[in-house]
Amino acid sequence: MKVLVAVKRVVDYNVKVRVKADNSGVDLANVKMSMNPFCEIAVEEAVRLKEKGVATEIVVVSVGPSTAQEQLRTALALGADRAILVESAEDLTSLAVAKLLKAVVDKEQPQLVILGKQAIDSDNNQTGQMLAALSGYGQGTFASKVEISGDSVAVTREIDGGAQTVSLKLPAIVTTDLRLNEPRYASLPNIMKAKKKPLETLTPDALGVSTASTNKTLKVEAPAARSAGIKVKSVAELVEKLKNEAKVI
Amino acid sequence: MTILVIAEHDNKVLAPATLNTVAAAAKIGGDIHVLVAGQGAGAVAEAAAQVAGVSKVLVADNAAYAHQLPENVAPLVAELGNGYSHILAAATSNGKNILPRVAAALDVDQISEIISVESADTFKRPIYAGNAIATVQSNAAVKVITVRATGFDPVAATGGSAAIEAVGAAHDAGISSFVGEELAKSDRPELTAAKIVVSGGRGMQNGDNFKHLYALADKLGAAVGASRAAVDAGFVPNDMQVGQTGKIVAPQLYIAVGISGAIQHLAGMKDSKVIVAINKDEEAPIFQVADYGLVADLFEAIPELEKLV
Repeated sequence: MKVLVAVKRVVDYNVKVRVKADNSGVDLANVKMSMNPFCEIAVEEAVRLKEKGVATEIVVVSVGPSTAQEQLRTALALGADRAILVESAEDLTSLAVAKLLKAVVDKEQPQLVILGKQAIDSDNNQTGQMLAALSGYGQGTFASKVEISGDSVAVTREIDGGAQTVSLKLPAIVTTDLRLNEPRYASLPNIMKAKKKPLETLTPDALGVSTASTNKTLKVEAPAARSAGIKVKSVAELVEKLKNEAKVI
Repeated sequence: MTILVIAEHDNKVLAPATLNTVAAAAKIGGDIHVLVAGQGAGAVAEAAAQVAGVSKVLVADNAAYAHQLPENVAPLVAELGNGYSHILAAATSNGKNILPRVAAALDVDQISEIISVESADTFKRPIYAGNAIATVQSNAAVKVITVRATGFDPVAATGGSAAIEAVGAAHDAGISSFVGEELAKSDRPELTAAKIVVSGGRGMQNGDNFKHLYALADKLGAAVGASRAAVDAGFVPNDMQVGQTGKIVAPQLYIAVGISGAIQHLAGMKDSKVIVAINKDEEAPIFQVADYGLVADLFEAIPELEKLV
């Protein structure tokens, strides 16, 4: 079966971001960018399905600027067969991305679509669910285990109190949680080979999708800084401070 | 303006996060209706009717809603929600699972995990793991929003007397089914609602050593959490994880033990009122956010702390 994986180019998770002085956003000039960690897990899961003989083709798609080609090449080096870039320089909302992905799903007709559960920049946790709604497919969000059998997929999900397993009819949408798998690294020969794999570029216009948004970001600020704390010398002093100064115990 | 709040529940008990969500609705202003979608959830509806500020409780009782499958619940919420100005749900795993599906069905953008209400159409929410706060305005006809519980003080669970009304609509998409669940058992307070949280990290060295934290937590009436490192190392189950990818907590007192304080972890706890860090590495980033820091070996400090509190 064909598996579609969506990946996003985001600021590297180790970077401590800074808010721009004019409060228009976060300063991303000259900052290291990477594939969103949850998307890496999504690519890994697709590659493992292919290694098990369940998946026959892996198509990786990204919606973003032309530089997102780097992340698509990374996914190709990890084992994806071909890539699609839906190029848009705008900062799109989750709904707009979901609509673009829906157009790609209609075109490619995959049996399974895997996304990360959230992107670490916008922290929205929406796109997979929205894509599922637009496609009319079942959704297995926050997946820690994915098992395909026949025309259905059993997804074990991380929920607040523990774990839950649901069964979904294929085609279906799965979003990855951290513990689904441990992504592999791309080897140098595979990085070289990935340069020759096909990468198709589309535009929202060509897909006939409007990316208009009902949301507007008015400003972005740095969070309130915590006032500097103190170091105590002993456990006794700590307990005394918590009881008499902070009054929390 | 009328606001629809989706009740968080397990068919038996109304979850506390619902009270924080109603508090956010009260800040927006207007009539507040609560939707209880489930099966045999009469007690939940009764509890929701008691919540201060709620004027009506809608009950959709159907086998299709028993396990809150989003394929079935989202069409119900979208159908009912069309007549409302706002649809709110707590940013729990359920709320996050269902609400974006509702937003897409209504063709509007969602605003996730708001921490404050600026006006009826403008909200603040953290982005980049809490390292920036965005102010977002929505001009959608129906504003679909998830609420970060720790950003709002809960309304009183009693004092209200809302009318309960049954909703007939049954949506069974027939594309998903519940197979089973495994819930972690704990007698301690729930992590996201606890007044005190004691968390352990990689410095705990193994799962067995968490018993020191459990002993301290029991003395304090606290919940026990963990960093991603401790969860990934298999010391404790993953529903104990505090952080960007785990739970967001904001207790009165957060005690971080053997936790370095990575960005990912801080995103889950830095709104705690008082933060205590116990770590033997005095350069650990956790000390930059800690109100009280103690540079010490946790295996000596924790038993001593347990004795003194």
